[in-house]
Parts: sequence; C-alpha cells; structure tokens
Amino acid sequence: MTIVFWILAALTVASGLTAVLLKNTVHCALAVTGAFAGLALLFLQLDAQFAGFAQILVYIGAVAILIVFAILLTRGSETPQGGVFSRTWLAGLCIAAAVFAVLGWAVIRSVDALPQQAASPAVSVMDIGNALMGRYVLPLEIVALLLTAALIGAVIVAMHEKGDGK
Amino acid sequence: MTPLAGYLLVAALVFAIGLAGALTRRNAILVLIGIELMLNAANLNLIAFWRYGPHPEALTGVMFAVFSIAVAAAEAAVGLGLVISIYRHARTTDLDEMNRMKG
Repeated sequence: MTIVFWILAALTVASGLTAVLLKNTVHCALAVTGAFAGLALLFLQLDAQFAGFAQILVYIGAVAILIVFAILLTRGSETPQGGVFSRTWLAGLCIAAAVFAVLGWAVIRSVDALPQQAASPAVSVMDIGNALMGRYVLPLEIVALLLTAALIGAVIVAMHEKGDGK
Repeated sequence: MTPLAGYLLVAALVFAIGLAGALTRRNAILVLIGIELMLNAANLNLIAFWRYGPHPEALTGVMFAVFSIAVAAAEAAVGLGLVISIYRHARTTDLDEMNRMKG
C-alpha cells in the first residue's frame, strides 16, 4: 500500500464522482477523461504496462474524443428542465449503494484469504505479442471482425436516412 | 490490508459510481459514460487479480483486459452512433422523454 496508490485511487474516484455529478456535459467528459487516466496509471502501477498504454490510447485517445463529438453534435438538447437527474434517481442511488455495499463486504470478509505482496511479474511486450499470435490468435481475429462490424454498424446507424428531410 | 484488497475496493467504488451515473442521469451520453466507468472497474479487477495471482506468466488477466478494452471501444462507437441517430430523430438526448417505441 504505497502512497502512490492512494493518490491515484483518490484521483480516480474523485474524477469519477465529478463526471457523474456535474451539470455541464462537457465538464463531465473532461472529468471522465481524468478517471480514465487515473485507471491507466493504476494499471501501470500494477506492472501491466501494455494494458495501461492500451487504456491511454483507446480511452483517452479515442473514446473521450468520441464522447466530446457526441456531446457537441447533440448540443441543442442541453436545456435540462427539472435537473440533470432522472425522476427515479433515488432508486438508482439506492441500487448503486447496495451494489457497493455487497462488493465491499465481500472484499473485506475475504481479506485474509487474498494473496499478500507478490514479486513483480517479469512480462515483456514481446511475451504479450507471442501470446497474441499464439495462444490468443483466435480471440484476436474475432476482435478484429467485431471492430470491423462495429465500425460499419456505427456508420450505418448514424448515417442520414434516405428521404429524411430533417 | 493487502494491496489486492485496496485495488478491489477502488474497483468496487468506481463500479458503484458508474452504476449510479448510468441509473440516475437523464442524458443518454452520460449513461454511456457510466457504463464505460463500470467496464473500466472490471478491467482493474482483472489486472489486479493477474498481478497478485499465482501464475502471472500465463498473462490471462492482461489478455482479458486488453480484449475487454477493444470490445468497450466498439460498444462506445455503436452506442454514441445510436445516440446521435436518436437525437436527429427526436431532437433530444433526454432519456425521460424517450418514452415511445413508435417512430
């Protein structure tokens, strides 16, 4: 439990809370980018360099930009009458609190069974590349197919319909 | 407290925050942001268990997290495409106002 971990944890949780609570959606997008960055730094702290940099590339580089684009393209809708939270916000908050209570209870109860400090695993990017081209080659190809399908699907879904006058 | 327990608690907290955002916000884009936070919390769990598990050289947790990141990117692209499409049709991203299935 180093001080770095606590700083990163506080940064991530605070950014996540800010993203959920703020009124302005652009500010929410900025805050969620901070949360993604905090999680990427936590991945790096866990010696998972490849996953950490993939997180930075994919989430901060692509998903955050996509979110900002979507927010700016739907700009005219930003007149929240009656608050930014839905009518059933109390039920949602209760469900989220109950989920956190159950998860936290499970972690606290099993804290003695969890493994203690382990040696840092010596895993290079070359090992990950070999694994991706060896044992995980079929999932890799399926992910490639899925990304292609999602790309085409997103374009078709967001494309102007024929004869749509709007 | 062991380091693994700390990471698991942070992941649980981020997951709960994402769930609260997905369930309470009215803007569809903010709901998608909540879902992304939940996916990220799951990834943190996977990598923490990989790091402190008995066989880190098998790379299972990292691979699962990397594939999960790829699938989450696809999900974000299609989800935001849907939001833009609905906005063009209904002129709103307010989920409380999307109460008809008929176009």
